[in-house]
Amino acid sequence: MTESFIDQPWLSFTTFLPILGALFIVLRRLLSRGDETALVDNAARWVALLTTVVTFVVSLIVYVFYDTSVEGFQLVEEIAWLGSGISYKMGVDGASILFVLLTTFIMPICILASWQSVTKRVADYMIAFLVLETLMIGVFCALDLVLFYVFFEASLIPMFLIIGIWGSEGERTFMGAIVKNRIYATFKFFLYTLLGSLLMLIALVWMYMEAGTTDVVALQTYDFPIGAQNWLWIAFFASFAVKMPMWPVHTWLPDAHVQAPTAGSVVLAAILLKMGGYGFVRFSLPMFPVASDFFAPFVFTLSVIAIVYTSLVAFAQEDMKKLIAYSSVAHMGFVTMGLFTGTEQGIEGALFQMLSHGFISGALFLCVGVVYDRLHTRQIAAYGGLVKHMKWYAFFFLFFTMGNVGLPGVSGFVGEMLTLVGAYKVSTWTAAVAALGLIFSAAYGLRLYREVVFGTVHNEQVLTMPDLGRREWGMLAVLAFMALWLGVNPTPTLDVFSPAVDSVLGRYDAALAAAGR
Amino acid sequence: MEPFVVLLPLFGALLAMPIGRMVSARAAELTTIAFVLMACLIAWVLFFDVAVGHNARTIQLFTWIGSGNFIADWAVKLDTMSVIMLVVITSVSSLVHIYSVGYMHDDASRPRFFAYLSLFTFAMLTLVTADNFIQLFFGWEGVGLASYLLIGFYHHKKSANDAAIKAFVVNRVGDFGFALGIMAIFFIFGSVGFEEVFQAVRTDAVVTPFNAADGAPISELTVGFLGLELHALTLIGILLFIGAMGKSAQFFLHTWLPDAMEGPTPVSALIHAATMVTAGVFLVCRCSIIYENAPDAATLVTFIGATTAFFAATVGLLQDDIKKVIAYSTCSQLGYMFFAAGVGSYGAAMFHLFTHAFFKALLFLGAGSVIHAVHHEQDMKKMGGVRHILPFTYAMMIIGTIAITGVGFPFLYDIFHFPVGTAGFASKDAIIEAAYAAGTEGRTGAYYAFAMGLIAAVFTSFYSWRLIFLTFHGKSRAPDHVMKHPHFPPNWMLLPLAVLAFGALFAGMLGYKSFVGDKAASFWGNSIYIAGDAHAGGESHAVEAYAAEATPPVEGDHAETPAIASAEDPAGAAHDEAEEHTEGYGEEGEGHHFPLWVLYAPLLAMLIGFGTAFAHYMRGSDPLRPGLLREGGILYSFLKNKWYVDEVYRFLFLNPSRRLGRILWKIGDGRIIDGLGPDGLSGLAGFGSRLIVRLQSGYIYHYAFAMLVGIGVILLIVRLGGAQ
Repeated sequence: MTESFIDQPWLSFTTFLPILGALFIVLRRLLSRGDETALVDNAARWVALLTTVVTFVVSLIVYVFYDTSVEGFQLVEEIAWLGSGISYKMGVDGASILFVLLTTFIMPICILASWQSVTKRVADYMIAFLVLETLMIGVFCALDLVLFYVFFEASLIPMFLIIGIWGSEGERTFMGAIVKNRIYATFKFFLYTLLGSLLMLIALVWMYMEAGTTDVVALQTYDFPIGAQNWLWIAFFASFAVKMPMWPVHTWLPDAHVQAPTAGSVVLAAILLKMGGYGFVRFSLPMFPVASDFFAPFVFTLSVIAIVYTSLVAFAQEDMKKLIAYSSVAHMGFVTMGLFTGTEQGIEGALFQMLSHGFISGALFLCVGVVYDRLHTRQIAAYGGLVKHMKWYAFFFLFFTMGNVGLPGVSGFVGEMLTLVGAYKVSTWTAAVAALGLIFSAAYGLRLYREVVFGTVHNEQVLTMPDLGRREWGMLAVLAFMALWLGVNPTPTLDVFSPAVDSVLGRYDAALAAAGR
Repeated sequence: MEPFVVLLPLFGALLAMPIGRMVSARAAELTTIAFVLMACLIAWVLFFDVAVGHNARTIQLFTWIGSGNFIADWAVKLDTMSVIMLVVITSVSSLVHIYSVGYMHDDASRPRFFAYLSLFTFAMLTLVTADNFIQLFFGWEGVGLASYLLIGFYHHKKSANDAAIKAFVVNRVGDFGFALGIMAIFFIFGSVGFEEVFQAVRTDAVVTPFNAADGAPISELTVGFLGLELHALTLIGILLFIGAMGKSAQFFLHTWLPDAMEGPTPVSALIHAATMVTAGVFLVCRCSIIYENAPDAATLVTFIGATTAFFAATVGLLQDDIKKVIAYSTCSQLGYMFFAAGVGSYGAAMFHLFTHAFFKALLFLGAGSVIHAVHHEQDMKKMGGVRHILPFTYAMMIIGTIAITGVGFPFLYDIFHFPVGTAGFASKDAIIEAAYAAGTEGRTGAYYAFAMGLIAAVFTSFYSWRLIFLTFHGKSRAPDHVMKHPHFPPNWMLLPLAVLAFGALFAGMLGYKSFVGDKAASFWGNSIYIAGDAHAGGESHAVEAYAAEATPPVEGDHAETPAIASAEDPAGAAHDEAEEHTEGYGEEGEGHHFPLWVLYAPLLAMLIGFGTAFAHYMRGSDPLRPGLLREGGILYSFLKNKWYVDEVYRFLFLNPSRRLGRILWKIGDGRIIDGLGPDGLSGLAGFGSRLIVRLQSGYIYHYAFAMLVGIGVILLIVRLGGAQ
């Protein structure tokens, strides 16, 4: 392979490829007559699938070019953009490359998951997903703070639309008016995010004025005054904590999940939640190390509260999606806990947990989608005895439940164990309380499984539900394979993280030493 | 070849369901049996190679989890301990597989059953062949999964589902401790490998915990834990033991085991008697070097073990469900193993684990044969006279019973130099004598364990014989059609009984010298701690400490005590390799260095239990008439309700956490966070929000507003950038 071939802007290509697909769908629609909606819809499905698959293949090529053993950013592209220190800069390192791959891997599954269940405005739907993919990949590739901010905030727009248009029906009274539940959910989502974004924006502007650049690489080595670090840290934290989401700013997530269509939930759980954690690793830890250390006990407290609190709440849920959403919050608690331990196991474990959660929780939402498509309810009580006729479903659901519970051999265990090991080094209290999650996750996970899959059939309609179709089987099998592979042989993946984690830790330790901590 | 001993059952598990679907259920059964039998064959080969041929080794496959210096491999560790477990697991598993062909013959989902059995076998084998704590944890949780699946095998039954979840969750409570123990180990030693950790303890190396300024010899090291400053090894020992308590159903965490009897009976035999529940004992013995240097942790093991032995035996007295009697009996016998380990006689603990596997599997499978014959009735009150229809099973159950109650001939010891009697006689006496011996050395809790062990032996004998008398003797209390048309066990079921009966009779006599006798030191090699053995034990600080602190024995009237303390104890605890080989066995051949009453006490306990049971259930017209305990009395209710442990837990943990969950959801999330957060804000933002709601027909405002914010930001930055 020639040098020039490698030197092509592969990351930008990967990032914007989905938008190309979206443009194609737009074009197809413009060229069609009014009575060809069905035709356009079908074309949109195929274009979206093809685009996401090709994007995945391209991202694999990127991974081939990527040297996992090297510290620092690779495949860097830089073009002057807004001038004076703000540029269009892309690049990946160990902390981001696998999330790019996760995104491109999950998207075809999302498209497939919507193949039959979405019938309303299909072309628009596919466009929203393709645009979302571009923005999400952009988040993980951006090496300029402004560019990151644009991707980071813009990615919410398609998500709002997906929930707001294709979300579930149902109404509630809100502020004196009757509104659709899905509108309430997007509103809540929006309000939380707005607050965080504004604070982050202010911090961004301040940093730009202080350092004179928004280049992430430069900012990571810039020594922000210790007094200012705390304020900057809080501002970034506000934004990322909402995205994670951390307790107590998590209440948008259950609502958003419940209202979102299946694929929306999958992409929300699998990728959007990871942007917060990624933000901590990319910005908070390396740029504000002293503040990160200072606030670590605060983060630990919120994390263990999240683990215990949301686990208990999950146990009380009657809606399948809400239960899994709360369990996501608990699992993200392990991530934030691990990140701020300042230990190799803690940070690598947190990154691994994010990756693993992408596969497992994504699959769990697919599992909910499978039965929702058949019975059009998410109420746990409506099911029971599914194992009688849905053997494959029972198998996959059990597999992912066990993954969620953190059974060794499935990927969920590795992240949990490593973050706990990291936490123990710093604070035994944190580790001990967080480890209670081991017990709780088993309790709510197995309860859900029992109520839905085992037991006697008390709803006649359950007997008419067919087992997994070939498309559903394929999606779940692929995810199960990934979760199993990461669970049995996680070391190569951890090795991809490790150069990036080492460099973060190197800076972190040096800064702490300099600050006399 | 070595990895295959572990992997073959996994292959069987993976193939069972496809073969069951594509060929036939029988083909699936035979496939899994073939794979397990192959594994069994390899296990026996390895046993002779490793334990007899002293060829201990570890085969590392590849790194499982490697993050910084946290490294855990997939490995097959073969030393005496693990090959003993290999042999026990694969042998019992093979027999249970074979037995299940007969027992499950009318179940539609047999392939699934056999897949689970093989999956369990695989997980259990990875557990015992681990060379680090993480792989051990993998197997530990893996057997938990298999146990969950098999307890809930009849998944349409609510009670089975409840029991399955209870088993998993209660085990998780133990795993909580176990996981913290692993973290503590890594924190202190910077490694989770057995060899690294045990070697550091053995040599009393100077270790530096993470972030500590300077290290200290491990025997003196203290670390902080939850605000306390604790002796490092004691902390590790206690945390690991919490895990062991869960898996091995010790008091406080035992509640899942009786409920686990919801699973099919072959499962109870394999998982909840012979193998999985002994994993906790295995863990403690594997870490014997840690416990020997952490006297307080060892004391805890002794106390919990002895208490469980007693507690479970008392509850077993009044159970009417034939499987529950055996389940409590298992719980109690596990207590024996633990207190043996607690008093430092790890060889005796492993010995009892070994013999128990045979006779307890025999009892369970025998009970299964009875249950199968009487149309799946488990209540002994509705049995009686079964010996007439199942003479062979009756004989096998008698063998199991004389084994568990410990029938033997102590006076023949002087002639044969090994205990002549059933398997249970050899191993249980070894434990009781070891407890006594440790007591004379002043080991804390040893006399308590000795006393509890003896009392529990009386009860064991009582409930075991009660089971026999109620089930097999007297007049039948079953409905007529059952007794007229019993399901006779096929040969698939009888053959395993015969094999296990052989083990129940002879395993004790065959294994005695190696496990606890004069060959113990060379037999065990480095795999467990053996008191006084320089190779295995190194300098044992704990034992020295015990000796220094030794208080005068409680039973001060036995003049021999000082002699005992120094002399070699043939039955269990103290062996010195060198001395033993030079001075030989002859000296010991003159007799036990115990007061005679210690030697005969277990036999006496057994006779008392037998006599009482015989008097009540074989004499008189109605075996179900009220006995010594008045029905409805306080003690009766207390025992009948299993000491009310379940009720207390429901009151203390289960109900409050359920209630708390709802409160946090409705009030915490709903009223407080949302009420003050988005909902409250929106209320404040009255006008603006009402405007938004009026726009509800669309979602454009989101888009527009977010765009606006974005554009504003960019403009702002460009402006500011330009200004600089």
